Amino acid sequence: MNPILELHSVSKKFNIHHEGGSYLSLRDRIGDLVKFKKSRKSEEEFWALKDISFSINPGESIGIIGKNGAGKSTLLKILSKITPPTEGKIISRGRIASLLEVGTGFHPELTGRENVYLNGSILGMRKREIDKHFDAIIEFAGTEKFLDTPLKHYSSGMQLRLAFAVAAFLEPEILVIDEVLAVGDVEFQKKCLRKMEDVSSSGRTILFVSHNMSAVESLCSKSVLLKNGQLEFIGNSSDTIQQYMNLMEENLLSHTGVILFNSDFSDKPIYKAEILCDQKNSSNAYMGCRLEIKIYFKTEISLDSPLLGIIIKDSQGIPMIGVNNRHYVGNLTSNAVSEGSISMIIPYLPFFEGIYHVDIHFGNAFVDIEVLRDCFQFTVEPAKFTSTGEMPDKKINRLFINDIAWQLDAK
Amino acid sequence: MNVTDDNDYYFEIKPKLAFSLNLKELIEYKELFYFFTWRDVKVKYKQTALGFIWAILQPLIMMAIFTFFIGNAMDVPSDDIKYPVFAFSGLILWTVFSSGITNAGNSMVSNAQIIKKIYFPRLVIPISSILVSIFDFLIAFMVFIVLIVLYHQPVNVLKAFIFWPTALLVTVIATFGPGCLLAALNVKYRDFRYVIPFLVQALLFLTPVIYPISIISNVWLKYLLVLNPMYAAIILFRMPMMKSAPDYSLVLISFISGLILFFIGLAYFRKTEMYFADLA
Repeated sequence: MNPILELHSVSKKFNIHHEGGSYLSLRDRIGDLVKFKKSRKSEEEFWALKDISFSINPGESIGIIGKNGAGKSTLLKILSKITPPTEGKIISRGRIASLLEVGTGFHPELTGRENVYLNGSILGMRKREIDKHFDAIIEFAGTEKFLDTPLKHYSSGMQLRLAFAVAAFLEPEILVIDEVLAVGDVEFQKKCLRKMEDVSSSGRTILFVSHNMSAVESLCSKSVLLKNGQLEFIGNSSDTIQQYMNLMEENLLSHTGVILFNSDFSDKPIYKAEILCDQKNSSNAYMGCRLEIKIYFKTEISLDSPLLGIIIKDSQGIPMIGVNNRHYVGNLTSNAVSEGSISMIIPYLPFFEGIYHVDIHFGNAFVDIEVLRDCFQFTVEPAKFTSTGEMPDKKINRLFINDIAWQLDAK
Repeated sequence: MNVTDDNDYYFEIKPKLAFSLNLKELIEYKELFYFFTWRDVKVKYKQTALGFIWAILQPLIMMAIFTFFIGNAMDVPSDDIKYPVFAFSGLILWTVFSSGITNAGNSMVSNAQIIKKIYFPRLVIPISSILVSIFDFLIAFMVFIVLIVLYHQPVNVLKAFIFWPTALLVTVIATFGPGCLLAALNVKYRDFRYVIPFLVQALLFLTPVIYPISIISNVWLKYLLVLNPMYAAIILFRMPMMKSAPDYSLVLISFISGLILFFIGLAYFRKTEMYFADLA
């Protein structure tokens, strides 16, 4: 039996421009002509992917894992035909539908019904396919009542559910999915996972990129680990995940608590992220300290309502908190901004000792523009925080609440 | 599932595809043309009090201005057509061209978010923007018919049935070339964002839209002006109303100019479209 998908030494090169953003202006080009320069010296080659080869049999589902910047998204973009490889080739023996984002092409002015048709057709569904599944899509999303309401009046959760519902009814031979499961509420995530399992058990092939290792493990029999654009490991999912964990351990984050990002891709607005404990850059925190997580961003288009979302997970990957500024204070500014920083400050860190991981979501009111999974890792040292010096039992407390009051009214 | 090399879905993804129009793929995605056009038409008139009336109002007001200042005040001749009808006939086609290349030119940039996330033949986007302009034309065309009746403009009906659709087709060809070229260039060099409105404005006065070519006496200047591909479209559109025949060689030059632009635009777009997602 032929594999449904074959990758033969696929490589992708980007030329990074170190100044003036990621697109050219004619002036630069004309300037180059005048100076008789062949290429600007500020241009640098960067291989986002190098020599990736593997093949997938029909019905197999493959997880693609790796750290941020390992080349996962680039690989998916090549598989989705969005961008061509620089070298190598891919042979596909089935239709590929890709889901690099939920709700691609959603337009806020159009109604829910209209957006289902628009989004469906952008994803490659025929109108009669959409007609056929329309009621099921709406039911899956649970937005029956708002069918003829413009999308801009939907809550972001409803938008996501509607978007995912459309995608869940795609019927290609190969489905490429990027991290989209990370959004929405837990119940809905599970529903989507079940729907996807239906897809893979019906003989279709799924390529699934995720940082959610338990989702990868339950959905994919085989996984590929990428590291710095190269294929580091391929094997059954539990082995690959183990390799990934080892890699993460090796790369224990620098204790300075500052990460600089290569910001030369225009769709990656975050250029720096910091973690501060008691206002000093450090990834060593202690129980009850003032913890600040700060990102610096620069976007091409101004954002009306920049949104910072933070998820902090324990060493097992189970979320401890997941918050964004809208929950607490609404919009942070009434002006559009294109550059600046946003901080989340926890004045009194309510975590017990251990190792924690931080996911950062950055976006506007409608979408995540950039998501950094496991961006930071920080440790929390034990500290005394009750006046007695006694501690509540860690086994039955996930968080400690600092200011619980006790009162006895004797009669 | 049957997985063989000769099934319908077999394809390869390679670094550089040989140039091909890939018409088959475009036809496969025909519904997407409809949905993009439909989206743009809907969004364009959502939350406007006047709605579709805007499609009529713009050429109508332009016509009134030109009629007053140029037709009456300057007494520009109009190929024996009543000046308001003359001006309006030029302007409704011109509006297709100008809004067509403006929207098509900006379309790749304004749809960058979609381009970066999903594959479909990229030509769908500029073509759909041009289809939006044609939708507006069809509305304005009804007003044109009303004007003809109001001004008692004689029309050769048989000629009208031949030349009006032909003129529209020539307009589409004339719009497609520069539209696609600008769309592709705009992805790479955002300078074209500023070039487009200026270009459209300048071309309006450099085309015999609001005046007949006969007022130009210099032969070479005439040839230069008719390089504007819209000249052919507008003359063809006016033919059913004109008493004398136009200079066919000028019409032919203009049409060929449009065809050349069409192929240049198409070729450049096809050549660069693979890298749009990296640049947008």
